[in-house]
Amino acid sequence: MILARVVGTVVATRKDPRLEGKKLLIIKPVSPEGKDEAGYVVAVDTVSAGFKEKVLAVSGSSARMAEGCKDCPVDTAIIGIVDDVRLDDV
Amino acid sequence: MFLGRVVGCVWSTCKSYGLEGQRLLIVQPLTPEMEQTGKRIVCTDATGAGAGELVYWCRGRESSFPFLPKEVPTDSTIVGIIDSIELNRT
Repeated sequence: MILARVVGTVVATRKDPRLEGKKLLIIKPVSPEGKDEAGYVVAVDTVSAGFKEKVLAVSGSSARMAEGCKDCPVDTAIIGIVDDVRLDDV
Repeated sequence: MFLGRVVGCVWSTCKSYGLEGQRLLIVQPLTPEMEQTGKRIVCTDATGAGAGELVYWCRGRESSFPFLPKEVPTDSTIVGIIDSIELNRT
């Protein structure tokens, strides 16, 4: 799973019927310290995340195990909103 | 499966039901020579690993198997705590 920040939304009218009613967000991976990393991903939102929020995203076939994504053509899903990240001194 | 070290943890209150009760740890992937390699990722934990511990983790759909029959939407899980590594390089 990766940490990411919500940076935008995607609107699509013509899409797979199984994606109807699903919120699509653009997320940008961030480091545990909160710094932006390269790349963007479009993810299905299952936890009602909002703009600029730090989220937890799961990718690959595991994304279909998120709520409401069973048998959906989805490969990245937002499955949690991050409250806090703690880094140990190791 | 890959080697890694637990370097932190993530708090998330608003998350997918499947993730309830799961510990979310930040893992720094390592080479067998204990050098850092690649980005830090967030893993669920199937072993009870703690801060600073050397672990091995797997990625992909298989990482949700340790939690069966519960369907946990995860794509990376710590599946073992490493006691020692032996490298026989000539």
